[in-house]
Amino acid sequence: MDLQFTPQEQAFRDDVRAFLKDQLPARIANQVKAGQRLSKADQEEWHAILNARGWLANHWPEAHGGPGWSTVQKFIFDTECALAGGPRIVPFGVNMLGPVLIKYANAQQKAHWLPRILSGEDWWCQGYSEPGAGSDLASVKTTAVRVTDASGDHYIVNGQKTWTTQGQHANMIFCLVRTDREAKAQSGISFLLMDMNSPGVDLRPIRTLDGDCEVNEVFFTNVKVPAKNLVGEENKGWTYAKYLLTYERTGIAGVGFCIAALVKLKVIAARVLKNGKPLDQDPLFAARMARVDIDLENMKTTNLRVIAAAASGGVPGAESSMLKIRGTEIRQEILSLIRRAMGPYALPFEEEAQYAGYAEPLLGEPEAATAAAHYFNYRKLSIFGGSNEIQKNIISKMILGL
Amino acid sequence: MNFQHTEDRHMLADSLNRFLSEKNGIEIRHQSAGSALGFSREVYAGLAELGTIGALFPEDAGGFGGTGFDVSVVFECLGSNLAVEPLLGALVVGQALIAAGTDAQRAALESIMAGTSVAALAHEEPGSHYELSHVTLSATPAADPSAGDWVLNGRKAVVPMGDAADLLLVSARTAGQPLDADGISLFLVQGDAPGVSRRGNGRIDGGRTAELTFTNVAVDASALLGAPGQGLAVLERISGYALLALAAESLGAMDMAKDQTLEYLRTRKQFGVPIGSFQALQHRMADLLLEVEQARSAVINAAAAVDDTDRTTRERALSAAKYSVGRIGTLVAEESIQMHGGIGMTWELPLAHYAKRLVMIDHQFGDEDHHLARFIALGQAAVCA
Repeated sequence: MDLQFTPQEQAFRDDVRAFLKDQLPARIANQVKAGQRLSKADQEEWHAILNARGWLANHWPEAHGGPGWSTVQKFIFDTECALAGGPRIVPFGVNMLGPVLIKYANAQQKAHWLPRILSGEDWWCQGYSEPGAGSDLASVKTTAVRVTDASGDHYIVNGQKTWTTQGQHANMIFCLVRTDREAKAQSGISFLLMDMNSPGVDLRPIRTLDGDCEVNEVFFTNVKVPAKNLVGEENKGWTYAKYLLTYERTGIAGVGFCIAALVKLKVIAARVLKNGKPLDQDPLFAARMARVDIDLENMKTTNLRVIAAAASGGVPGAESSMLKIRGTEIRQEILSLIRRAMGPYALPFEEEAQYAGYAEPLLGEPEAATAAAHYFNYRKLSIFGGSNEIQKNIISKMILGL
Repeated sequence: MNFQHTEDRHMLADSLNRFLSEKNGIEIRHQSAGSALGFSREVYAGLAELGTIGALFPEDAGGFGGTGFDVSVVFECLGSNLAVEPLLGALVVGQALIAAGTDAQRAALESIMAGTSVAALAHEEPGSHYELSHVTLSATPAADPSAGDWVLNGRKAVVPMGDAADLLLVSARTAGQPLDADGISLFLVQGDAPGVSRRGNGRIDGGRTAELTFTNVAVDASALLGAPGQGLAVLERISGYALLALAAESLGAMDMAKDQTLEYLRTRKQFGVPIGSFQALQHRMADLLLEVEQARSAVINAAAAVDDTDRTTRERALSAAKYSVGRIGTLVAEESIQMHGGIGMTWELPLAHYAKRLVMIDHQFGDEDHHLARFIALGQAAVCA
């Protein structure tokens, strides 16, 4: 075994670092490091910078505009970006839909949609979850009925999606829709691409517990969708949906973000005082920090082992569920410790301080303005992408054979 | 990056597992683990013949391995076969001879690798509770040089295979107070040396330990290993190998406990269905799998770090691994027993003995709490440096 990066991989890491140093706007990095919310324009700006370098869709094959990186290179890139304060790549188009289109879409669809993901012309959101369904995605009730009229082949879509992250920015949504009501739950589902600006699409923001509105409800009332927007075969959507989810879960593990968050925690704990001594010398706090530190060290190696196993070209399988569970637990624990480190100054909440350009003097530690909101916001990690309980069901079925 | 073992190590593991499953089946293992000797000389000789002990040491010392991954492969096999043979003693005493021994002292390596001589580290003392620098057994210059050069007096606690050991590596204080870093010296003492009295005990997880009392034990200057008073660094170095070995052994044992529990969940029926169909147990089993994979990563990290020249990097990875298997090993043991129900409480079931070993590994060379505290202290020292 050899846990060191090869000289080529180290050279690649140097390249990535140099790129980030030159190209990642300091304004954006500072916002990310301060834990402030990013505007749509900020996110688009970062996508455009990455795309100009050919590094935006780093999971994609070269033929479709990907950089042709190995899984190890992707890992290095994600980690370095997170450490430098690079924003998370908005995953819906690039990381989720892209791989599905590349594997299952027809030539025309690929030629049309893939370049638009890269250029940022389309901002995609995800239409998987429905009210009352939670992680039980196969219980999709939104219907799509195929009709042919003078204007061509269409689906007429009715129903509702929810928890649509950043749907307020999106002009396109990929949806799971029920095209066969008679079939068994998983065999009557299709994968449909819809224009958010179509008549009959209505979007309502959902305010989350931290006060933000990053998720939405989406309503469809007799929405007309061209039949050419069906991906793959009718009623085979479940296969594509599952394929997409394995990509989503690996991303959610977020080892790079865990590493960056731990660095932040250590800096805070070395600065914040308790009884006149830095918090990292408080035995109980130090023990909590050390535990998560060790768990993360182990997780990094576990992640690299999964990557090495998948490097032969396979997609991440049920192992991505393990990464999702442990990665999200670790990240939540770190965010919890950052919140604890703020002491009583975790209590005050100023909505405006969540955004860049807040001019008032901050209360308590600089991180106090966002620490508690972050902690609450990121409780979502163990819920979305299939709750951690669902991941355990997957592990017990796919790996343990129970 | 590469997470594959070399072909040689694969072959070693294969032959080791084959040998142990043939010669150390659970009934034979129980017999030797509970015998007056505490292990099987026949199995130990067989392991030596296969090259298992030689794999723990580098070529220039007469072995053919000695890297972290050699050590971890061997001990993982020992763990998955629940072997009680005294390889840990061979590893730590052998590494001490390599690190600090004279040519004459290193000659003992040959019989250690051949499996004909049983070696043991006599370091822990009553009340030292894993603290490496806690040494009170005294070594004083002899008043009568004709009898020897040093005289040892004091006690050593829970010495593995201490009653059968031919060669003891004894830590002793030649200067300073009980917790001082300086003033600890290491001596090589024959197990049956005059003045050494040994009270042997069986262990709850099989094998034996002994309480040793040293009463005016006279040894020659040639028994001193390394520089006088400078033994702590050697102790830390060889303990590092022990931490890696125990972590790997734990991993081997937890893999087996996990597999046996999984098999039980698939076959044991209640309420007309396999109990593995109950979500409450599925989730506990998924957690176990996840934790065992984390332990595997910890062992890999430790194996890669054991030869690192930077002390903080090396020792933090080793303490992290021992902490991880301490926590996870106990979890696997407790959960495996629970999921087996009543049968998990019986001597008859091999799982019960894996569970005991998993928990008892936490009592060797520092437990979960000890290594978490050590991990923290090493990090703080690194920041201050």
